[in-house]
Amino acid sequence: MKLELRGITKRFGSLVANENVSLLVQPGEIHCLLGENGAGKSTLMNVLYGLYHADAGEILLDDKVVNFAGPGDAMAAGIGMVHQHFMLIPVFTVAENVILGHEPTKFGGVLDMAAARVKVREISDQFGFDLDPDAIVGDLPVGVQQRVEIVKALISNAQILIFDEPTAVLTPQETDELMAIMKALRERGTAIVFITHKLREVKEVADKITVLRLGKVVGEASPQESANELASMMVGRAVDLEIVKEPAKLGDASFVVSGLSALSHNGTKVLDDVSFEIHKGEILVIAGVQGNGQTELTEAILGLQYKATGSIKLNGEELLGKRVKQVLDMGVGFVPEDRTEDGLVADFTIAENLMLDRADRKPFVSGLNLRLAYLREFATKLVQQYDVRTQSIETKAGKLSGGNQQKVVLARELSRELKLFVASQPTRGLDVGSIEFVHEQIVKTRNSGLPVLIVATELDEAVQLGDRIAVMYRGKIVGIVPSTTPRQVLGQMMAGISA
Amino acid sequence: MSDKLKAAKPAEPNAAQQSTELSGNRFSGFARELVTGNALIPVLAVLASFLVGGILIAFSNESVQTASAYFFARPGDTFQAIGQAVFGAYDALFRGSIYNYQAGNFSDGILSLTQTLAYATPITIAGLGLAVAFRSGLFNIGGTGQIIVGAVGSTVIALYVPIWPGPLHFIVAVLAGILGGAIFGGFVGFLKATTGANEVIVTIMFNYVAAFALHYSLTTWLKAPLAVNPQSSPVPNDALYPLLAGDAYPLHAGFIAMLLAVAAVWWLMNRSSVGFHFKALGHNPSASKVAGININRTYFLVMAVSGALAGLAGTSQILGTEKYLGTGVAATYGFDAITVALLGRSNPLGVLAAGILFGGVRAGAVTMQANQNVPIDSVYVVQSMIVLFIAAPPLVRSIFFMPKQKEVRA
Repeated sequence: MKLELRGITKRFGSLVANENVSLLVQPGEIHCLLGENGAGKSTLMNVLYGLYHADAGEILLDDKVVNFAGPGDAMAAGIGMVHQHFMLIPVFTVAENVILGHEPTKFGGVLDMAAARVKVREISDQFGFDLDPDAIVGDLPVGVQQRVEIVKALISNAQILIFDEPTAVLTPQETDELMAIMKALRERGTAIVFITHKLREVKEVADKITVLRLGKVVGEASPQESANELASMMVGRAVDLEIVKEPAKLGDASFVVSGLSALSHNGTKVLDDVSFEIHKGEILVIAGVQGNGQTELTEAILGLQYKATGSIKLNGEELLGKRVKQVLDMGVGFVPEDRTEDGLVADFTIAENLMLDRADRKPFVSGLNLRLAYLREFATKLVQQYDVRTQSIETKAGKLSGGNQQKVVLARELSRELKLFVASQPTRGLDVGSIEFVHEQIVKTRNSGLPVLIVATELDEAVQLGDRIAVMYRGKIVGIVPSTTPRQVLGQMMAGISA
Repeated sequence: MSDKLKAAKPAEPNAAQQSTELSGNRFSGFARELVTGNALIPVLAVLASFLVGGILIAFSNESVQTASAYFFARPGDTFQAIGQAVFGAYDALFRGSIYNYQAGNFSDGILSLTQTLAYATPITIAGLGLAVAFRSGLFNIGGTGQIIVGAVGSTVIALYVPIWPGPLHFIVAVLAGILGGAIFGGFVGFLKATTGANEVIVTIMFNYVAAFALHYSLTTWLKAPLAVNPQSSPVPNDALYPLLAGDAYPLHAGFIAMLLAVAAVWWLMNRSSVGFHFKALGHNPSASKVAGININRTYFLVMAVSGALAGLAGTSQILGTEKYLGTGVAATYGFDAITVALLGRSNPLGVLAAGILFGGVRAGAVTMQANQNVPIDSVYVVQSMIVLFIAAPPLVRSIFFMPKQKEVRA
C-alpha cells in the first residue's frame, strides 16, 4: 500500500509541532524519518495513527484520502505501529497478546486459542521469528517482546508498519536481527516508516531518508550521505560526531571497587563480585545492555544499595555503608540515568534544582533562611557557564528540553568540588547538539584529573568516550578491555561471551 | 532511585513522554494539580456551590412549595417566592457572618464578624497543618486525631498542673497542645519512614484511636467529678487564651496564633531550607533521595509539623472557644481543614481566606436557620459541594463555559 502525507500541520497551543509536512512512502520501501527529539517525528506518526487530529493537511492511502478518528481506524486501514514502549500485557502469553482487541471466537463467544496459536506460528515461521505462542511475554527478552509487537501488527494485516525508535532497547545483536526482519518485510512489499536518530541504522537499512527539524521537512537524503552530513541536516549546523580527546594522562588508581555484590529484593544476584579500578584522569565506560546491573552499581556507589557487600574505595576511604549525603560530601558527582525521575524536580525552577543537594549548606542558607539573592547569582552564573537555553532561571525544569535539563544536572554536579564523577547514560534521549556538549564536559572533567565512570548502553558512545571499557552481563564484569577492541568482540561480550 | 519496576522498564522514553511520567509517587500528580493548577478554579467552585445551595434553599422553602403547586396558573408567584427564599437566606448568612445591619448599633452588628473569625481560627490552623503535608506529598487525613491529642495535652496541663505565675500556665498549656499534635502526627511519619506504612490509612485509623481514647478518658480519669456527660472540668481562667475584644465578643488570642501560624508556614515553605526539602520530597521523592536529602527524616518532620499545627488548632478549641474538653472537641474541624487546605491550594494565604470563608459559613448558618428557617444541613451541603467542584475542575469549567484544557502532548 502506498502512503502519502500531504501538508500535515499540527499545533499545540502556540507550539507548531508539524508544519506543512509531506511524506511519500512506497510499498516495499524503508523510509527513515530522521530528526532530533522534539523535531516532530512522533507527533507526525501519532497523526498518521489517528491519535492526534491534524490541523491541516491530509493522509492518503493508495491515493485515497482517509480520515482516522482513532488508532482503531488506522489499524483497520492497514497501518500498524511498533511502539517504543511495548503495548503488551506481561502476564499474558504471546498468543493472548497478539489477539488482544480482535480475539477469534468460536460458537458462543468462546475464545479460539487454538486458532490464535496457529496464526502466531504461521507468521513467526514466515519471518523466522522463532516465537512460542504459549510463552509468557514478561519472561521474554526485550528483543523477542518486540517481535511479538511486530506479529501483533502483522496479524491484523498491516500493509504499512511504523517503527518508533525500535532499537533504543536492543542489544547490538538484537538490532542486527531487527534490521534483517525489516528487510524481510520490505521484500514482502510492506511499506515501512522507521523513526530514529541513530545514523548507523539509517545508513544500513534506509531506502529513502526524510529529515525533520523543528517540525518541518528540511530535506530528503540518500543513505549514501556521510553520517556527519546527516547529523548536520538534523541539527541545522555543522557537527562533528567524533569525540576529540587527547590521550589519557593517568594518575594513580584513586577509585577502587572490589568484590562488590548485591542481591535484588527477590534474592537474585544483581551485582556479582564486581571489581575494577579507575585512575585519575581516566574514563572507564561500563558497557552492557540495560538491566545487567549497571543501575545497581551506580546505586551502590551513591549509597542507595543498603545491602551491597564488598568494598568501594575513593582515595582510600570506604564509600559502602555511607549515606547518600556523606557520599556526595566526599566529592562524588553523579548524573543519574533518568534525569526527570532522579536528577531533577520538574516542578522546581532551574535555580531551585541547582541547589537541590545543598539547600541546607552555606552559602545557600544562613540559619534556616534560604539566601535567595545568593541563589539567583549562583544560578545565573551556572546557566551562562553551561549554556542552558532558557528565558529565566525561574523557568520550571520540567519545561526545558532534555538537553537543557541535562545541562542543569551537569552544572549542579560539576559545580561541587569533586573527587569522582559518575554519569549513567548521560546522553540518553538527547539531541545531537546536546550530546556534543555533554561529551565535551565529560572529557573536560577527565582531563582535569578526575576518575570518571560512565555507564553506556550504546557501543558507539562506549568506544568513543572510554579509555577502557568494562562490559557487564548479568551483574558480572565479563571483561575490561581497551576501547580499541573491535565492535564485534564487544557485542559478544555484551551477550555474556567473554573475550 | 530505581526500584524493581524501573529496572524492568525497558525503554528510553522520549522527551514528550517523560513530562507525563515525571514522578513515581502516586500522589504527586494530585499534589501538582493542587499547587500549580488554575487559581480561578477554587473561586468558581465556591460560586458554583452557592448556586447549588440556592437551588436547595428554594426547594426546601415552604412558600416556594406552596406557590409551585399552582405554577401554571401564576408562575410569577413561584419565581417571587424563590427569589425571596434565596435572597432571604443569603441575606441572613451575611448578617450572621459579617455585619448584622439590623442590630441597630455597630458594636452589636460587628459581633457576627468576630463570631466568624473565632470559628475560622481552628479550621485555618488545622488547614495550614494539612497544607504543609499536602505540599510535601503526604496526604494527612489525621487532622481530627491530631486536634484531639493536642486538645488533651492542653487540658491535662490546664487542669492538673497547679497555678503557675503569670501567663506561664497558659503558655505551657498551648505548648503541650502543640507537642501532643506533633507527637501524634510525627509518629505516623516515623511509621511511614521505618515500615513504609501508608500515611493515608494510618492517619484515618488514628482518628478512630484518638476519638475512642478520648471518649474513654472523658468517662474515666479526665471526667469532671459531677458531670453527667463525658466531659472534663472547665479550664481555669489563667490557662485561657485572653479575649481580644472584651467579654461581649468571642474573639480570643487564638486568632493571633492563627495569623502567626500563617506567617510561619509561609516562611517555612517559601524561605527555609527545611521547607525546601519538604517540597522537594513532595514533588519528587526519588530525585530528593539522589540529592542526598534524608527522606525518612523528612517524612517524620513533615508529619510532626503538620500534627503540631493541628494540635495548635486543638488548643484554640480548649483554651479559647469551648473552655472544657468534651467528646466533640474536634467536631468536623479535622475534615473541614482538608477542604480548607484544598480550597486554599495549600498556600498559606489561600488557606487563611478559605478558613475565614468556612468560619463565615458556619457563623451565618445559625442565623440562617433561626431567621429564615433554612435547614442548617443545606450549609453543609454547600461546603461539601465546594470539595466536589474542586476535585472536578472540568465540571467547574463546563458550568462557567471556560475553555477546555488544551490538548497536551501525550
